[in-house]
Amino acid sequence: MSEVPTTTATTVTGGRGRVGAERINWPGTILLILCAVTVLLPLYATISMALKTPAQAVDGNAFSLPAPLSFDGFVEAWNLTRFPVGAGVSLLVTAGTVTATILLAAFASYAIVRNWDHRLFRYSFFYLLAAMFIPFPVVALPQIQLTGRVGLDNPAGVIILATMFQLSFSVLLFTAFLRSIPIELEESARIDGATTWQTFWQLIFPLLAPMSATVGIFAFLYAWNDFMMPSLIISDPDLQTLPVRQNLFQNQFSSNYNVAFASYLMAMAPAIIAYLFTQRWVMEGVTQGAVKG
Amino acid sequence: MSATTPAIAPAPETGPPPRRRDRRRVEPIYYLFLLPTVILFTLAITLPGVMGIFFSFTDSIGIGEWSFHGLTNYLALFSDPAVIQSYLFTFGFSIATVIVVNVIAFLLAIGLTSRIRMKTALRTVFVIPMVISGIVIAYVFNFLFSNSLPAAGAAMGVPWLSTSLLANPDLAWVAIVIVTAWQSIPGTLLIYIAGLLSVPGEVYEAADIDGASKTQQLTRITIPLVAGYVVINVILGFKGFLNAYDIIVGLTNGGPGTATRSVAMTIIAGFNGGDYAYQMANATIFFIVAVLISLLQLSLTRGRSAF
Repeated sequence: MSEVPTTTATTVTGGRGRVGAERINWPGTILLILCAVTVLLPLYATISMALKTPAQAVDGNAFSLPAPLSFDGFVEAWNLTRFPVGAGVSLLVTAGTVTATILLAAFASYAIVRNWDHRLFRYSFFYLLAAMFIPFPVVALPQIQLTGRVGLDNPAGVIILATMFQLSFSVLLFTAFLRSIPIELEESARIDGATTWQTFWQLIFPLLAPMSATVGIFAFLYAWNDFMMPSLIISDPDLQTLPVRQNLFQNQFSSNYNVAFASYLMAMAPAIIAYLFTQRWVMEGVTQGAVKG
Repeated sequence: MSATTPAIAPAPETGPPPRRRDRRRVEPIYYLFLLPTVILFTLAITLPGVMGIFFSFTDSIGIGEWSFHGLTNYLALFSDPAVIQSYLFTFGFSIATVIVVNVIAFLLAIGLTSRIRMKTALRTVFVIPMVISGIVIAYVFNFLFSNSLPAAGAAMGVPWLSTSLLANPDLAWVAIVIVTAWQSIPGTLLIYIAGLLSVPGEVYEAADIDGASKTQQLTRITIPLVAGYVVINVILGFKGFLNAYDIIVGLTNGGPGTATRSVAMTIIAGFNGGDYAYQMANATIFFIVAVLISLLQLSLTRGRSAF
């Protein structure tokens, strides 16, 4: 399709050395730019709606430019959703899930790989991996009951459950990576008198860094964006995460569209900004996770 | 390995590390590394799973007294039109979304790996939907589908466009496919890009020399060489879409009526509807479906060179 004209250039200029073949695929570029606009349209609509006055927002045309610019929506959304609290809870849940997933999975994977000849460790590996078969909806109802009964119907409960659901995938990545680390590296540290604890922290954990980044990125995207689990597990509406708080506007959706969209924008923005600064890692991490996992 | 017992570690200095079939003592710290996680995992996932299966054979409503009910819940499930409809919808939606997502992502990946301008910027834009919360973007699309699109349709005088897509029982699923695809394409796209980049350029040069057309190169070289990536994308995507919840809640909340109610939504509704045991039977069936698909995944991806 779109790449056809470019690659033809390779043939014409004689193939082999690609030097002469650097002709730019303009039709492809233009087509992709049009596709990129489709991706950006809903985001543009969100921004433009958020900056409108209530009177302008109500006409339903999300793509018209805001005139005059109004920031009242942000102020009202900030207060209405108690944004600082919601952002704080979301940040806590995300940081907790990312940290717990990386640490627990790295610990467990190290123990499993180094003691593979012991049945307990080998079976534990398959046991943890089996969770990949279990989607959250299947165990959600008993989990709601149990967390309620033991006082974990709060962000802490979400951190624990989210971590456990990330575990099998993370352990799979870590163990694959650990098996590729030559044992000699560790043995020389042992000769120098390092204990297992020291070896883990000073040698293994730093070596795991690229995998930890991948595991962390997946945990981040899941914990920050998820709606289903926090909405079911956290019983106090005031302790809800940012995505769940947005359902406020589904009930009083009458005339404050600009407030709703300002709130949506504030809920999306942190992840988008974080992504723009770390995009190379995110892309590499996702690719690595999916291909190896 | 010998590494676990530092005192003896220096001993096997030459030759390969000895075979580990002996009952070597495990250093206690390894239990500390592993067991808390295994125990927590058991409490958080295994226990609820076992509880769910257990209660699926009872008449429990989630609290209070209950008694055994045998297979009643399961038998009732198979003749419950609401449940059957939710499975049909979920499977139909998943198949449609898998096709849409994979076709678009594959074409985009071909474009993004060809000689185009602004490659980096375009890639950055295409991945953005991946980092946006499904429920929030569903709320945004909800407004676009129920306000902006009908307004535009009315202005252009297109009758079928001037009512909300989300209010039409026959077409609401299309909106759900669009939004889910919008959000799922980036992840699939990244995997296809990795796949396309893994094909060595010499292969195409050789094909050029042999006079293969671009279409032939696509169907005879590119597609077979990235087939492993197609399989992984299709299966991972399908498994994910079967659990659809967030985006549907944000768009239609299962409506109009129950036209777009997914299996996950049906199960969750059991918590408030007093159908606890009944929906646990549903969840058990759903679990079996998930296992079957995972087994299919394992048998399809095993032995593929790409992995």
